[in-house]
Amino acid sequence: MTDAVMVTALADGLLAVVIAVPVLVVGGGIAIAARRRGGPADGDGTSGGVAVAERPSTAAPAPPSAAAPTVETPVEAPAPPVPEPEPEPASYRGRLGKARGLLSGYIGSVRARARIDAATWDDLEEALIRADVGVGATDALLDDLRGRVKSGEIGGPDALVDALKGDLVAMLSTGHAALAEVGADRPAPVEGEPARTVDVWLFVGVNGVGKTTTVGKVATRLSGGGTPVLLAAGDTFRAAAGEQLSLWAERSGADVVRGAEGGDPSSVVFDAVQRAASKGTELVLADTAGRLHNKVNLIEELKKIRRVSDRPPGRVTEVLLVLDATTGQNGLAQAKVFLDAVDVSGVVLTKLDGTAKGGIVVAIQRELGLPVKLVGLGEGAGDLIDFDAEAFVDALF
Amino acid sequence: MFESLTDRFEGILTRLRGRGRLSDADVDEVLREIRTALLEADVEIGVVRTFTTAVRDRCVGLELSQSLSPGQQVIKIVNEELVAILGGETLQIRYASRPPTVVLLAGLQGSGKTTASAKLARWFKQQGRNPMLVGADLQRPAAVEQLRVLGGQAGVSVFSEASDPVAVATAGLEEAKRLGRDVLIVDTAGRLSIDADLMDEIRHIAGAVQPDYTFLVIDAMTGQDAVSTAEAFHEALSLDGVILTKLDGDARGGAALSVKEVVGRPIAFASTGEKLDDFDQFHPDRMADRILGMGDVLSLIEQAERTMDKDVATKGAAAIIEGRFTLEDFLEQLQQVEKMGSISGMMSLIPGISKDIKKASEAVDDGQIGQVKAIIYSMTPQERTDPSIIDGGRRVRIANGSGTTTSDVNALLKQFKEMQKMMKGFGKGGMGGALGGLGGLLGRGGPKMSPKGMADMAAMVGDSDLAALGAGAPAGAPGLPSGGGAAPRGGKKGKGGKKGKGGGRVTPKSR
Repeated sequence: MTDAVMVTALADGLLAVVIAVPVLVVGGGIAIAARRRGGPADGDGTSGGVAVAERPSTAAPAPPSAAAPTVETPVEAPAPPVPEPEPEPASYRGRLGKARGLLSGYIGSVRARARIDAATWDDLEEALIRADVGVGATDALLDDLRGRVKSGEIGGPDALVDALKGDLVAMLSTGHAALAEVGADRPAPVEGEPARTVDVWLFVGVNGVGKTTTVGKVATRLSGGGTPVLLAAGDTFRAAAGEQLSLWAERSGADVVRGAEGGDPSSVVFDAVQRAASKGTELVLADTAGRLHNKVNLIEELKKIRRVSDRPPGRVTEVLLVLDATTGQNGLAQAKVFLDAVDVSGVVLTKLDGTAKGGIVVAIQRELGLPVKLVGLGEGAGDLIDFDAEAFVDALF
Repeated sequence: MFESLTDRFEGILTRLRGRGRLSDADVDEVLREIRTALLEADVEIGVVRTFTTAVRDRCVGLELSQSLSPGQQVIKIVNEELVAILGGETLQIRYASRPPTVVLLAGLQGSGKTTASAKLARWFKQQGRNPMLVGADLQRPAAVEQLRVLGGQAGVSVFSEASDPVAVATAGLEEAKRLGRDVLIVDTAGRLSIDADLMDEIRHIAGAVQPDYTFLVIDAMTGQDAVSTAEAFHEALSLDGVILTKLDGDARGGAALSVKEVVGRPIAFASTGEKLDDFDQFHPDRMADRILGMGDVLSLIEQAERTMDKDVATKGAAAIIEGRFTLEDFLEQLQQVEKMGSISGMMSLIPGISKDIKKASEAVDDGQIGQVKAIIYSMTPQERTDPSIIDGGRRVRIANGSGTTTSDVNALLKQFKEMQKMMKGFGKGGMGGALGGLGGLLGRGGPKMSPKGMADMAAMVGDSDLAALGAGAPAGAPGLPSGGGAAPRGGKKGKGGKKGKGGGRVTPKSR
């Protein structure tokens, strides 16, 4: 509340500034230059206006529905979803083997030394930085280890590497990391409200991290495991995102609720929850449009999606932040904003089958306490597996 | 979260004031800060090492000038080195003598290839070309559909068929020739650099269409891995340049530096928003500022220049400078500023603006401008020129007329008075004074805003420092090409803007 008041107060003074700066910037220079030259200011004939306007936010307080989302049911008993042949379940070590060459070099050279010296610390630091763990988390980890080496707790290079790995595993294991059990701990219905019979998992994140693909994979995994799901195509912004999700729905044999392109995503999720409730489906997986975390109107839109999803008969039991393993230090900023806005419950780290290590999750866990729940190791439907801290840390080096 | 490098340096270097030169130890301390700043900006660690070595060589024994603070001098060096790496040649598209000019886009999954393809097609169209898109991403579900929709928005036709990527690309090339299209843009599936099969596939695509330009599309948020990705793609495809996407986020974009340094090819284009028009050729000097955390004042300037009516702006500025800025002028400028888009978007381009201020600017977006306009509309011309005649009765009339309250009217009048005061300062101090004033104003309103920081910035933007920074760019570097590939705009106006106090340089990077 006080925040809001202050913001309003600030806005007052701000207006003047906002007006003055661009006017001076554009007009001032011209006028001054003109004065100097003693002639009229002339433009430089720029053209091709690039606007800054962002996509229209649908966060306006309009009640959901109206957009009349359509429900697609997979055509008549879909020929049993042809799961692409999955010869072997994805595994960290198998998949990451080929990408592990570089960093193991640093750790290898640390282990190879007879004792711990300056080069040891440099190697460890470089290994962590290269894995995108970040300067802050790296310094904290190494400072602690330096203390323990000094006190004699850690003896040689091998013990140091093991201690570092142990610290990382411990750090990444804190916090409850299992996915919410569907239908568990249902609250008693409030009088006058429908019972909350539908769990909603929201998938959020910036553009291009793999949200839609992740929803598809989770759907495949759950449907395959006997938990029917309904998909909500809440990305109404990106061209053909709905089609993409529909194709995943076909593969996994799930229903999908879609809205019009450019429609209100909240209403799509709302309708999906209604439909799930009427069909007795207990879980809705809601895709959302990618949004950069610094676009306030889009974050507001996401908050609204969450609010609407949490209305009976729905309740939000997971908000999964999808994070691309190639993401660098900006991942922390992303996690902060999304956590703050929609109370993220866990991270899905995608594209870990490449050369990127995804070390930013260490910083995210350390600073925000957000656990990694799932890991994406490839494009196949079966390539999304539970996070395993030990395997992750092994692969980090 | 990130302090600007300027702030970091000032802390270390204030105590050096008055000394003649920087010692080795001073330089080491400064370099540590630079290193941290670059790593936090996701510059690859090897590139950071090379970079800090170069900076060290220039800093050791540096003669400290009297006019610049030591911090500013080091920043200047850092900036020059950054621009030197990022800049160099800017890609000038040379169209094939036998059309079509073929452009191939490659990159990791989710880097933004499909969107960049459509934006690039639109850019070519704006250059007066007649492009065609080929959707060769048959991997991701509905990728071709996405390209078709975006192509439709860009007014560019899209070719694809359900065969295999190499065949699609080949057929697309034939189709472009048949239809007489002069630019062909091939969108491909995202692939990991270590996926041997897919890397082979894209090699075959390249072999089939013989691209004139092969661009790697890379996400500005990419971390340390940017280098290995870029190296692998460069090795496979021999890249001609890079397209940097998602620059509208708040990532510092150090990946740009890493890739440029390692691949040695220019960053050709940058994508700065979700709209098809949010795409332009890359400006190395601005990217340097961004990596250092100094905001993007120049983009703001350019944006302003593109959207605002020059005559109106000139009139308004003249009024400000001559100290006769009226509510009528205010209204006119307000309409101008509205054309530039969201105020919060603009504020995000100004360095040193705190989160609170950004939040506040959201509130301004939410209709405050409308209210202000309504109030001024309800005034008589006389009142607009001389608001001092607005007494109680007039106030009530204005409030009623604009659907506001008398306290709203009062608030506006008070604000306007403040603004007039501030603007008198601008007239005297030029841009430097303006930003100084701005800092003061924001300092009052926003507890977290550091007026000092603003003043520093003012000093940098307004007077000799930034001019000095700009002067460091390589001579052959591009001006700030805008919109439709107009001539670099430095020269013309730059002549008027000599350095010095009160110079009011607004195109500081002219060369």
